[in-house]
Amino acid sequence: MQIGLFIPCYIDQFYPKVGIATLELLEKLGLEVFYPSEQTCCGQPLANSGAEDKAIKTYNNFVRIFSKFDYIVSPSGSCVYHVRENYNVLPQTDEVRRVRQNTFELCEFIVDILKTDDLKIDFPHKVGVHQSCHGLRGLKLATPSELIVEHYSKVHRLLKKAKGIEIINLDREDECCGFGGTFSIFQPDISVKMGKDRLDDHRRNGAEVITATDMSCLMHLEGIARRQNREVRFLHIAEILNSNRL
Amino acid sequence: MTNHAYKAARFLKNEERATWHDKTLWMVRKKRDLMALDVPDWEELREQASQIKRHSLSKLDDYLVQFEEQAINNGAQVHWASTAGKLNEIVYQIIKENNASRIVKSKSMLTEECGLNPFLEKRGIEIIDTDLGERIIQLKREPPSHIVMPAIHIKKEEISELFHRELNSEEGNTDPTYLAATARLHLRQKFLEAEVAITGVNFAVAENGAVVVCTNEGNADMGVHAAPIQIHCMGIEKVIPRLSDLAVFTRLLARSATGQPITTYTSHYLNPKPGGQMHIIIVDNGRSELIGKEDYRDSLKCIRCGACMNTCPVYRRSGGHSYHYVIPGPIGSILAPHSNSKEFENLPFASSLCGSCSDVCPVKINIHGQLYRWRQDLSQQGARSPIKKGIMKVSGKILASDKMYDWSGKVARWCIKYLPRVLIYNRLNTWGRERELPEVPRESFKEWYNKNFREGNKNGQK
Repeated sequence: MQIGLFIPCYIDQFYPKVGIATLELLEKLGLEVFYPSEQTCCGQPLANSGAEDKAIKTYNNFVRIFSKFDYIVSPSGSCVYHVRENYNVLPQTDEVRRVRQNTFELCEFIVDILKTDDLKIDFPHKVGVHQSCHGLRGLKLATPSELIVEHYSKVHRLLKKAKGIEIINLDREDECCGFGGTFSIFQPDISVKMGKDRLDDHRRNGAEVITATDMSCLMHLEGIARRQNREVRFLHIAEILNSNRL
Repeated sequence: MTNHAYKAARFLKNEERATWHDKTLWMVRKKRDLMALDVPDWEELREQASQIKRHSLSKLDDYLVQFEEQAINNGAQVHWASTAGKLNEIVYQIIKENNASRIVKSKSMLTEECGLNPFLEKRGIEIIDTDLGERIIQLKREPPSHIVMPAIHIKKEEISELFHRELNSEEGNTDPTYLAATARLHLRQKFLEAEVAITGVNFAVAENGAVVVCTNEGNADMGVHAAPIQIHCMGIEKVIPRLSDLAVFTRLLARSATGQPITTYTSHYLNPKPGGQMHIIIVDNGRSELIGKEDYRDSLKCIRCGACMNTCPVYRRSGGHSYHYVIPGPIGSILAPHSNSKEFENLPFASSLCGSCSDVCPVKINIHGQLYRWRQDLSQQGARSPIKKGIMKVSGKILASDKMYDWSGKVARWCIKYLPRVLIYNRLNTWGRERELPEVPRESFKEWYNKNFREGNKNGQK
């Protein structure tokens, strides 16, 4: 099984440690991982701003670079969701279809494809899980609080196996943090207010570490927390999952 | 800054109030969750509702004609209005023909959309909104900020002041029961004097010609029962085939809207009272055009429950008025650009695209998907500002080329790291106003990877 590693642009530029953790974890799981270095971005920042037309070339590059792999794995629910959902505007060639079907967010890849959940982690901390919206409602990584269906969460399933971990309960289990891509720039006041409210929820309930499947949400929350000099750590889920004894 | 962003920022100036607004509506969302949990197969019920609406919309011509026939058989007079202006004219004609001048009206987002109140007021006709929330905002001369709870943005202290000023209630008495009683007394007089009662319509049943109106206050019934003439205003999308279909919606509507099992009153109006008149006005006002748009026609399934507003993290913190359209919130943001794509071009961007709206929607409208689609269409139509257009064009070029992408990333990281803070955190950096930028790492992932792996056999080339 050959894995193409997709490292989203902002992780590549600002959070290489998240990319490294993802790569290391996948290799520890015995996989052959390739990182094609001509990759850039999934194109979501353009499309979310209404410039889908300007993103088509980036989409096509993505498909060309990644279509040769059995699976494409990425530490971002949002980018994966974008590829799966919004590449529907491309002509649906075999390559496009394959890429859309085989692109996975890291946690769902581990749970659904590798069919494992015990990664032999020690993580004796109080952890607040921020459920990033695109992973949650788009990729269905967990049951959104709105839906009246049987409850599950792939992220929680992986984390719960960690020794010593305490996952805190939040007052609002899956409210949006307000990042929203370029929303955070074009609607800064609302975006920040949403972020502050999320942070308050985690603090009220005693989070030492806040984690998520998407570094973009954490970048936004961490940006607010640092400005307010708040004592809380932010770790991408890959960093926690990679702290294992595999 | 976009229009919604500007108005939202103004709303947020008073952060305490914004927090109160958020919490108030979140409580309604939680009540909705509890009610939905109580219904076995809630999700199936949503699916059924969605399909009934889809079916009805696909056969609107048949069902509307069937409804009209039945309604006429029941003794109602049916009018057709292609535009907002026509609706207003028809209502005015009915009022004039009957030499009436005092009108009461229960809740109707359609008449709000058509601007009926100002139209009639300009012609010297008194029109009183009888829903408590609507009456409050009418006295305040404000538009509704929510489609189900139009005065949800106003605190009881402000209502006390308003009633003291307008209705002569006791100064400083903020007891909700007292304030409701004050409104009740005031409205009772209006009901008794009214010559014409206007209502909105929640559902129109094709098989028996019934107009169904759901209220909690019974104000639609008070109006209709007391006044000799009743007028029901409905959009063409309100028609459903059968009474048995109605049961699906009455189970969903109040649970989704306010977290009640059912509205206090669910009234079926069939016939005019002896000696009275019953008019039904069926309004298009752009709806049939909307049916023609495949990407957007599902928005006509909306039953106006307001659940998408209660759940929307942006709406809760920016208030209904920030949307500057008659219907605020997520559903308003996909309806507004139809009525005026220029004026409301910013609304589809007033969302983080979290998708919660689509998941609470009782008729399963893919609201966030339509918001995303609108962004594309409006940008194509030239809604993008020249600056944004430029940024998008350049960004598109950068992201399409790995060389340019790598170089730009390097430059950006260098700038954040080495430029003086005042230069980075400037007025144009909206991110940095209340947030720190991420700390810049020594190298990008790609640089790290190429350094550590390129020499080996794993160079990314399969």
